[in-house]
Amino acid sequence: MVHTVATPAETNLIIGGHEFRSRLMVGTGKYADNATMVEAIRASGAEVVTVAVRRVDLDRTKDEGILYHLDPKQFFLLANTAGCYNAEDAIRYARLAREAGFSDFIKLEVIGDEETLLPDVDGLLEASRTLVSEGFKVLAYTNDDLITALRLEDAGCAAVMPLASPIGSGLGLINPYNIRIIKRRLSVPVVVDAGVGTASDACLTMEQGVDGILMNTALAAAENPVAMGHAMKRAVEAGRLAFLAGRMPKREIAAPSSPTTGMLG
Amino acid sequence: MNEAMTVVVNGEERQVDGSSTALGLLQHLGLDPRTVVVEVNREIVRRPALGNTQLHDGDQIELVHFVGGG
Repeated sequence: MVHTVATPAETNLIIGGHEFRSRLMVGTGKYADNATMVEAIRASGAEVVTVAVRRVDLDRTKDEGILYHLDPKQFFLLANTAGCYNAEDAIRYARLAREAGFSDFIKLEVIGDEETLLPDVDGLLEASRTLVSEGFKVLAYTNDDLITALRLEDAGCAAVMPLASPIGSGLGLINPYNIRIIKRRLSVPVVVDAGVGTASDACLTMEQGVDGILMNTALAAAENPVAMGHAMKRAVEAGRLAFLAGRMPKREIAAPSSPTTGMLG
Repeated sequence: MNEAMTVVVNGEERQVDGSSTALGLLQHLGLDPRTVVVEVNREIVRRPALGNTQLHDGDQIELVHFVGGG
């Protein structure tokens, strides 16, 4: 029996009715300079890039904005509500982001704690319901709790984005069991957001069967962000292929790979 | 010439012409209406309405745009 390998891995990621060619999404924050940011993002092959919504610095109006460096025709800009600690603020920021005119998509963050940047679940659910009712495609950054993920799906979110570990921590996938359960039980796409630190983290995360990964610090804070971009592109692809290939079972005692018969006398 | 008035822009008081519109404010500040989103007194001013939206003394104005973020 011959198994084909190419087609399933090439299946694009579909969220909110939009088809994306890469399962790797990247942030645009924390880079040393814009040139490095653009090169690293290109190396990663990402199509979706996140941006934040902030006041214009009126002392620096001559500075080129992010849209100058990342062509909205080549990249899908996904605005976030980073820095919002309650539903009202997140809703306000989401509406402002939509007004910029690129899409109805929003990466919703409602943060509950400054030290851990873990989500405020009540605020997150409230903001999700309101924004969904206003026609937004909500991609909700959340913790790795199944019940919260199910509630976000019920609220109408277009995707649920559980964290691997805290934002910017680089600790990788702390609880693969929770991520696996979430992916198994949800019908909407699951994109792991936050905590990925290096290529093996990304690969392991995709091996859990999730639909995609969003990372920022892993690239921006790498010693060589462009090289890490290349690594992450391959890691996400490898993890996805391995998942689709169906891994061998684990066992606690050995099973030889070479025949046990035909040994010399 | 219209009397000057005071509005708050991104948290700072500014003197502007009494007949200023939201679009006029952007132009005065050298900002591109295609990349900046305008909120006046907590209400978003849609782009086509920028030129028709009169500012008033004491208006709280937020001018926002996209920046790098995760």
